[in-house]
Parts: sequence; structure tokens; C-alpha cells
Amino acid sequence: MITFSNECILSLAHYHLDKHFHLLGLCKLCFQVHSNKQHSKMSSSGLHTNALSAQYFYIAPLMVSPLGVIQTVFPGAFMIPFLILLVLEGIPLLHLEFAIGQRLRSGSVGVWRSIHPCLAGVGIASMMVAFTVGMYYNTIIAWVMWYFFNSFQDPLPWSQCPLNENSTDVVSECARSSSVDYFWYRETLNTSASIEDSGGLQWWIVLSLVCAWTVLYVCCLRGIETTGKAVYITSTLPYVVLTIFLVRGLTLKGSTSGIIYLFTPNLEELMNPKTWLDAGAQVFYSFSLASGGLISFSSYNSVHNNCEQDAVIISVINGFTSVYAAIVIYSIIGFRATESFDACLNGNILALLNAFDLPEGSINESNYEETLNRLNGTSPGIIQGLDLTTCNIQTFLSQGVEGTGLAFIAFTEAIIKMPASPVWSVLFFIMLFCLGLSTMFGSIEGSVVPLQDLNIFPKWWPKEALTGMVCLVSFGIALIFAQGSGNYWLALFDGYAGSIPLLIVGFCEMMAVSYVYGIDRFNKDIEFMIGHKPNFFWQATWRVISPLLVFVIFVFYLGTTATKELTYIAWNPEWVKTILPQYLLNS
Amino acid sequence: MFGLLLLLCLPPALGAVDFSDYENGYQVRLSIKTALGDEAYEWNESEMFLFRATIAFAMRQFTKTEAYGIDNIVVRNQTQRVSFWFIVTSPENPAQTVEKETVEKAIRRSRNRINNAFLLTDKTLEFLGIPPTLAAPISPATPPWLIVFGVVIGLVCAGIVALLTSSVVKRRRGNKAKQLPEEEDPAKGTDKGITCEDRNGVYNQGFSDDDRLTQL
Repeated sequence: MITFSNECILSLAHYHLDKHFHLLGLCKLCFQVHSNKQHSKMSSSGLHTNALSAQYFYIAPLMVSPLGVIQTVFPGAFMIPFLILLVLEGIPLLHLEFAIGQRLRSGSVGVWRSIHPCLAGVGIASMMVAFTVGMYYNTIIAWVMWYFFNSFQDPLPWSQCPLNENSTDVVSECARSSSVDYFWYRETLNTSASIEDSGGLQWWIVLSLVCAWTVLYVCCLRGIETTGKAVYITSTLPYVVLTIFLVRGLTLKGSTSGIIYLFTPNLEELMNPKTWLDAGAQVFYSFSLASGGLISFSSYNSVHNNCEQDAVIISVINGFTSVYAAIVIYSIIGFRATESFDACLNGNILALLNAFDLPEGSINESNYEETLNRLNGTSPGIIQGLDLTTCNIQTFLSQGVEGTGLAFIAFTEAIIKMPASPVWSVLFFIMLFCLGLSTMFGSIEGSVVPLQDLNIFPKWWPKEALTGMVCLVSFGIALIFAQGSGNYWLALFDGYAGSIPLLIVGFCEMMAVSYVYGIDRFNKDIEFMIGHKPNFFWQATWRVISPLLVFVIFVFYLGTTATKELTYIAWNPEWVKTILPQYLLNS
Repeated sequence: MFGLLLLLCLPPALGAVDFSDYENGYQVRLSIKTALGDEAYEWNESEMFLFRATIAFAMRQFTKTEAYGIDNIVVRNQTQRVSFWFIVTSPENPAQTVEKETVEKAIRRSRNRINNAFLLTDKTLEFLGIPPTLAAPISPATPPWLIVFGVVIGLVCAGIVALLTSSVVKRRRGNKAKQLPEEEDPAKGTDKGITCEDRNGVYNQGFSDDDRLTQL
């Protein structure tokens, strides 16, 4: 999942800037003059502007990584690869993109074209990735909006199963899974049983999709101007909500078990190359590297802006935000797992009480095991007949924490167990919406600006029309995801449209700057911009470590994917079993 | 309660109903502690009396007669779980049991009253074999989500229209301003009066103080 940075947007909003420079035809003298002009302009409009921008740069960091966290598997072992790759991969590439954009002062296509005409393809690839990812990502936002619309009622619609025709019992699909699953798979998605079976357009999802794209359009209408204002809300609100959830989460029973689970390293997972790939991809997503958005945004910065400092600080804040969001999420997951475990155990205890007609309260959590063993010794036949399920909290903790299931199943289930559920639901989905929207800003910028640079559309077309065009086309294609099988299509895009292209583009970027543009020339440019040469860490990572890491991850990934059979997870009501709460079958 | 158990084991002298005929009987199971927690009451003879009275009440309501009395409800096999079997005997002939279906219908009709008498619910006062009648969830005429959707879409469309019209207005104003004398040296905008021209003397538009492009 792509997560894009928006701190760049904020920084620009406050630089009192009114130009978008194209690099071709730039004379050094003019450059010098203009940069002085910028400084004077900035200082005249106030240290205020400068201070404000610096402040926003540091305070309103990359918010979107948490949404990426929510989207991907985030088991205990994930933290370590993520943090390692953040330092070795994320920070160098971030600094590189900032520096190159700031120096060459163009959008992504222009930058690569100016380094070498053949490299324009890198810019075009970035644009394609930004477009593709933006297209499917907004569908997730449409789902978030659907849940948001449905949160304004008490009791929440996913807390109860609907009744069947005779009103004797609940609908069987719901009874066999859970009300939360039923609401997600049936009432929201109306999933078909396989990807081949399209199931037709689901009108309520189409409406939500329309809503999502129009909200995005209103925020990106005039490009940076409107986006800069929207970002005030989309950046700060998630932090507020996260803190509220943290307080709420920590007061719930079982939250600590979730947090412990988050930080427990799992050595098997660490050995698995897929974990490292996911962590790498997550780093790319959370900084929105290799998408073209960063280069474009930083080209608006003053040429003497300290991009090195910005890169480091943003990375640190991003890392902190990811960890913070993960803690909040896992405290809620821990609560949910504990509740499920208690329900499972109580179910077993009730079955035992009923079968042996023992008084209530004679079996509780502490003596369950020994009582069970004793009864199994005296009457094993009856125990067999009861078919008790073993309750293991670790199983519950690892269930349902992947993909969209985390937000729409696990979290919604936890929310209905809290008092005053509609309030928590509204807050949660507003937060997700803001996070997703800020991702989309970067995506739209990454799609629209190269279109302008490539002169595909006539020059007299205003920016509003261009943005509208992109939104409309994306919406049209995204109608695929509004079908019955839309969930499967989205999983497909999610798995393959984002991670691989980003890795490749990132790799090409680093090779292009280090070896085609020349690392020495680049060092001189940075010295010109910020006053000192980049130190050994940057040299080592740009030249060797980062490209090598990306290459290794890519090779491993190709190896593991090519050898195994491709499967996807489907929801088929006919195959649903009665034992597991999550009914996910491989087909 | 143990006394009762002992009593029940003795064959009653009068109106002996053969309880080996469980066919028309129902098993009842109560989970008082689960339902009420600390406020749970003790299950004793008086509670059993109340139970028999409520079942008699249910039969009366169903048959619309006042024939049934406490003695028509016979209880057997009480356990510590608090579960027992009961059958309903016919008021005319105490040796005959009332049909299972009749009893079921009667209980279903008055289920709510029976539950409330004991402060329990369908789940904690179980009649094994009688499915609970579930209350249908209230669904309002307009789904609430459509209302919220309408509000959001309305606001967003208003926003789009507002922004687009302000763009158009600004552009028109800009065009009008351009029609004012343009003889000024376009390079006058730069602070230091240096014109940025490249080698061929062509002025680079990028450095003029031109407001055509996006304003913040």
C-alpha cells in the first residue's frame, strides 16, 4: 500500500512561493539571482514564514505510514526489518530525492530527462505507479467512507446478525461466521465466491466511490494551493484520534498482551524473505519514495533549503509515528483477542456445566484445565461428544491482522465491544479517511505533474481540468473494484501494482544519480545547496548499500514468488465451517 | 432444595403421573449467576413455586381458561446446575399430560413474561427444544447511511462549485488586468533589475514576477 508524505506539501504551503521552475534553459547567474530573491522574499514576509514552515516540517510529519501499517501484516518480527530498512534504505533515498528535486528544480520526468534523455522512462514509470496505486487506494478510502456513513447509528449495523425469514434464527452465513464478517463480506462487499464471478456493480459501493473521488477532487483542485490547506486537517486529526485511542486502548482489558505480542520478535518470520520484502515495500510506501511526488514537491523549495536535515528529521518522525500507531492498534487487537479467548473459554465451561449438571461457578478460568482433565478421566466419552475447541490466545492475536481485514474486521469487532461504540467508530473512520486522503494527495501530484511536464494535454488546459481528468479516468477504471469480485481485484493490485515497480524505480533512481549523474557532481551540488559535503554515511548508502539491498530483496522476492503457486484468499459461504471464527479459504 | 429432591424421589400418592414418559416434558436450564452476577438469587423452593406459577399462568393465557393451577405443573429431576424437567397435566384429568406442542405454544407466547419474572433472558432461562422468538432489529425507513452520504456529497459539491467559480472569476480578472498597458519591460519584476536572459538574449519567463501561475 502506498503511503505518501505530506510534509512536503506543508512546507510548500508556507514558503511564500509562486513559481514552478522548469530546469531547461536555466542560467547559473539567474539561479543565483533568483535564489537570493527567494531569500529576501522569505525574510521580508517574515521570519514568521520561515519559522512556521520549519515548525510544520517537524511537527506535521508523514502521517500516512500508519495506514500502510494497518494494511499490511504487522507481526512482532516486522518491527526489526522495518526499522533497519528505514535507516539503510528510506533515509538515503529520501535525501536523494529531496536533493535532486531541489537542485534540478523540476518534476520527476524533467529531472530524469535532464540527467540523461534515456532516463525519462524512470519518470514515466513513477507516474504510472502513482496513477495505478492512487486508483486502487481510493477504493479503500471509499470503503472507509461507507463504514463512516454507517457509524451514525446505535446499535452499529455490524454488531447484530440480521434475522432470516421466519425470525427464528439469524441468517446462516452470519451465524457460522460472525456479525462483523457478515457485514464486511456480505453487506458491504457482497463478495462473489471467486474472481471470475463478477457479481455485477454494487450500487452502494459506487456511491461511496463517487464520494471518495469528489472529496479528493475538491482537495486537489488547484494543486498545491488547495492541498496545502487540506493537509492541516488531514495531518493533525489522525494524531489526535490516535492519542484518544491510545488512552482508550490502554484502559481496556488485555491490551498489554497485544503490545507484548507486537514487540516479541519471531525468529522464523525474520528468516522469511517475504517479511523483509514487506518491510522494504512498507518503507517505500510510508515515505512515498519512487513515486515522483517527493521530487516534484521539493522542487518548490528554495535551493538553499537544508534537505539533509529535513530528510533525517522526517525519517525519525515517520519511524516514531509508525511505532506509535502500531502500539495503539495492537493494544486494541490485544483487547479483542482477550475477549475472543474469554468467550471461547466461557463457551467451553458452559458446555461442561451443562453436560455434567454442575452448579454454576464451580468451573472458572483458573480450575478449567484440571477440571477438564478430571472429567476426561472419569467420562471421556461425554467429553469427546462435546467437541470442545482449544482456546489459545496466541491464535486469536494472530488472527485477522492482515490486509483490509485489520481495519474492517478486527477493529470494528473491538469497537462494538467498547461502550459508546458509534463515537469510537466515527473517530476511527475519520482518522483512516484522513490518513488515506493524505496518501492520495501525493499520488495525484505524482500523476498530474508529469502529465503537465510531458505536454500530453494542451498547455491552455487549466490545472483544474487536468486534475478532474485524472480523477474521472481513475474513477472509471476503479469501478472494477465496485463489483462483487472487487475485493479480489483489489488484492491483486495491492499485491503487485505497488511493491515491485517501486523497488525497481527506487533502484534505478539510485543507480542513475550515483553512476550516470555522477556521485561527485551530486556531492558538489549538495555542497552548493546546504554548505557542506554529505558525510560518509550518505556516500556509502548511495553508492553501495541501498541499491544492493533493494536488488537483494527484489531477487529474493522473485525467487520465492516464481516458485510457488499463486493463490488468493476467497470467501465462499458454502464452504464455511462452524469451528473457526475467520472463514478464509485458499482457492 | 435437597429436601425437595428427596420428596420428588418418593412416588406421590395422588395423581401419580408416570414420569418415565418424558415425551411431553421439557427440560429447563437456568443460568442465574451468569445473568445476574453479584445480584444472583438463591434457587430455592419459593423460586420453584414461582416458576410453576408462571407456567400455569402461561397455560391459562394460551387456553384462555382459568383451569390450570400450580398442581398441574409437575417438576422432576432437579440438579445443582439448576436444571429440571417439568410436565403439564391436564386440569380435568391429572393423570394425563398436555401435548408438547400446546405447551410449547403457550410458553412461546408468554416467554417475555416468564423471563421477566426471573430477571433472566432467553439465553439464561433455556427451555431446551423451544427456540426463542428473536426480536427483529429496528430498521428505519431511510437507511441512515444515505442521509450522511447526502450531507457529505452536498457539502463537497458546494465546495467544488465555489472553488471553480472563484478560479474562473480570478482568471477573468487576470485577463482584464493584462489588457492594461503591457509596454513595461517584463523584466522589471526582478529585485535587482537584472534581466535573466540566456545566451541568445531570449528572456526566460521563469523569472518574471508573473502571476499567471498558481498563487498560494
